[in-house]
Amino acid sequence: MSEPIERDVMAYDVLVVGAGPAGLAAAMRIKQNAPDTEVCVLEKASEVGAHNLAGAVVETGPLDELVPDWRDDPPAICVDAADDEFWMLHQDGSRRLPTPPQQNNHGNVIVSVGNLMSWLAPKAEALGVEIYPGFSAAEALFDEAGAVRGVRTPDMGLDRAGQPKNGFTPGIEIHAPVTLFAEGCRGNCSKQLIQHFELDRHSDPQTYGIGLKELWKVPESQCRPGLIQHTIGWPLDDDTYGGGFVYHLDDNRIAIGFVVGLDYADPRLRPFEAFQQFKHHPRIKPMLEGGEIISAGARALVEGGWQSLPKTEMPGAVILGDAAGTLNVPKIKGIHTAMRSGMIAADHLHAHGTADGFDAALRASTVGAELKKVRNIRPGFNKGKWVGLLNAGWETITKGASPWTLSNHADWQATRRLDDLDSPTPEDAQGYVDRDLPPRDRLASVYFAQTEHDEDQPVHLQVLDTSICIERCTHEYGNPCTRFCPANVYEMVENETGQAELKINAANCVHCKTCDIKDPYQIINWVVPEGGSGPNYYNL
Amino acid sequence: MKVLVSVKRAIDYNVRIQIKSDGSGVVTDGVKHSMNPFDEIAVEQAIRWKEAGLCDEVVAVTIGPDAAGEQLRSALAFGCDRAIHVKTEEPVQPLTAAGVFKAIAENEQPQVFLMGKQAIDDDASQTGPMTAALLGWPQATFASSIELADDSARVTREVDAGLETLDVDLPAVITTDLRLNEPRYLKLPNIMKAKKKPIESSSLDELGVAPAAALESLKTAPPPQRESGVRVESVDELVAKLKEKSLL
Ligand SMILES: Cc1cc2nc3c(=O)[nH]c(=O)nc-3n(C[C@H](O)[C@H](O)[C@H](O)COP(=O)(O)OP(=O)(O)OC[C@H]3O[C@@H](n4cnc5c(N)ncnc54)[C@H](O)[C@@H]3O)c2cc1C
Ligand code: SF4
Repeated sequence: MSEPIERDVMAYDVLVVGAGPAGLAAAMRIKQNAPDTEVCVLEKASEVGAHNLAGAVVETGPLDELVPDWRDDPPAICVDAADDEFWMLHQDGSRRLPTPPQQNNHGNVIVSVGNLMSWLAPKAEALGVEIYPGFSAAEALFDEAGAVRGVRTPDMGLDRAGQPKNGFTPGIEIHAPVTLFAEGCRGNCSKQLIQHFELDRHSDPQTYGIGLKELWKVPESQCRPGLIQHTIGWPLDDDTYGGGFVYHLDDNRIAIGFVVGLDYADPRLRPFEAFQQFKHHPRIKPMLEGGEIISAGARALVEGGWQSLPKTEMPGAVILGDAAGTLNVPKIKGIHTAMRSGMIAADHLHAHGTADGFDAALRASTVGAELKKVRNIRPGFNKGKWVGLLNAGWETITKGASPWTLSNHADWQATRRLDDLDSPTPEDAQGYVDRDLPPRDRLASVYFAQTEHDEDQPVHLQVLDTSICIERCTHEYGNPCTRFCPANVYEMVENETGQAELKINAANCVHCKTCDIKDPYQIINWVVPEGGSGPNYYNL
Repeated sequence: MKVLVSVKRAIDYNVRIQIKSDGSGVVTDGVKHSMNPFDEIAVEQAIRWKEAGLCDEVVAVTIGPDAAGEQLRSALAFGCDRAIHVKTEEPVQPLTAAGVFKAIAENEQPQVFLMGKQAIDDDASQTGPMTAALLGWPQATFASSIELADDSARVTREVDAGLETLDVDLPAVITTDLRLNEPRYLKLPNIMKAKKKPIESSSLDELGVAPAAALESLKTAPPPQRESGVRVESVDELVAKLKEKSLL
């Protein structure tokens, strides 16, 4: 648009972007420390919890502190962890391995992170936190001195071409002396700020995985409440990091999911298909047969750990939780560290009144200690599954005391060119089987994510130069966006003149952020769509 | 002129409805709820009248659990002047709702009582007509346009045969259909301000309404699943199959 838009401005003492574990914990702790502080939380989902997705087995330490009597009125999904199992899957068999100590879940609980957040939100509101679901932060704003002064929310009511429609409502600016960015993995403002302030100048590139998950209701005898199962191996090859999880809830519900490290080399790999194959493994399938899917979705997760943690403070703002990268990969747990990072930020603001010094406080905390201790385990898998397992054993025995720190590399750079691959496709190499469990395909899966975007709005997946897709990517990498996107957003189609063209079905997007991360040319930019758009996850 | 608008908290239209395993109803726990879309149209209409200077006070009323306060907050964010929350944790049948609305209307004395033509949860379409009947007011349902005058309204209704135009004397109950208007996007500052506005609270007891037990719900079941189709190889096979099912 040509003329600058007049925007309303609202001011708060503290602004929090994202009502996930990190954001809500921070907001609650701020109110507990100083009840008069005015705290505003923006959440891009139409309801708190609707964009959150995790396993999730949770360490309850931070929650015990935040809501001491939470066990009197627990979230609707909350099952005590019982047995842990760790399996190596082969194409047609499996072997039980000793459970790695990081995955010993005694004392933890199995929850749904979405359900946990929608349960926590009213408790935050009771403390006086103002939460605004359906409103996202489109970009961070800066003051004259260059410090972060808040964010802008997206405009509502633009058509596909970016022109105002009837009812056009410009976004507003929200200002605060301190803004906490708790957007989770690959947050859009966090990405902007990490670039703007070069916060990753002294750290390795962040690395990621894609996590896919379904919630099933299964026949009575197939669910053993509290059982926690993890797998590695099939259908991934030895060089690809990842594995499956099966968490048994109550009420005959099973949470099943699969994670693939986004540093996978073969652009022909389809993580969604790998997940579906995993479900058909003879060790897994009998648990699902006869059941039905209740909900499904996907979300990227951070895997870079200690060496990839960017600087988490800048003038006027801090970055919390997975937006910075506080997930503990060997434990596959990031909820407790995300919450803890939020609480540390709240305490730091209370004590010092400024973001300055938060980064040091975070690194010196239990979060820092935890990440540092396991820092070499994930990168050990860069040399394949077996080296990775051996290295993990060594790092575990020595409690991370190795004098070295293995480095991380950007995931998109790990993708190999098609002409550099002489291996059969993952399907052929791993002996993919015919599938008969739902969902039929990615579109059928999107149905269970209940994702919703007004079609008549600007496409929120900005591909900076679509000629690259056709002129280079097709022959160099085979358009991997059409494979890694779990929601079938990207399609190569023929236009009227018979030319190949990239079609973007933006309305299907489940906000997992994988394309923003894995695209081999780094030309896909995920921007926030109209507030309230996106998946409506139910108990994921 | 004063306008009263009813607002119901209902499962959001995007939600994939699940039936409880014992058939006692649908799953509502942890499911997204929002303002019944037809009520949103009613609120939008009232606010447009207010903006056009046709009415000077808009009062929103809901009957429901504490959580229904959220929908009243949305109504306030649209621009309603006041909000009344009749609290009850029990499910409310149309006749009970109509009894409550009658009592509220008698207290508030509006010229127009706007309601959605139906709530998308039980699709009963009864509350509006019942309220009008209990109050002894005229009613115009399924409105796709409303022209307001001082003591009457001209309402265009969407009926099977086409459009029907009625004149009703005020006060009247008018229920809104989809094409009446397109509700606006709520502005964040308005939502923020609405958080701080007071909500008046009441109860069935206070209003002297006894919950009706006119309906007993026996069972909730999902619609029968569509059987998967068969692929036929030829026209002959298709004809044979159709004959087999006595469709030809
Ligand atoms: C498949 C999978 C399994 C997992 N299993 C476990 C497990 O078993 N245990 C465990 O502890 N952890 C697990 N995790 C990790 C865990 O989910 C994360 O570590 C944790 O959720 C991080 O919390 P967060 O608050 O930093 O981010 P998130 O949980 O991602 O929350 C961020 C919030 O911010 C919102 N948001 C983002 N951008 C914006 C914006 N611009 N404006 C407004 N709102 C915005 C999002 O909608 C979201 O609600 C798993 C993750 C995945 C993907
Ligand atoms: S378009 Fe990108 S963010 Fe959206 S679902 Fe696909 S990979 Fe995820």
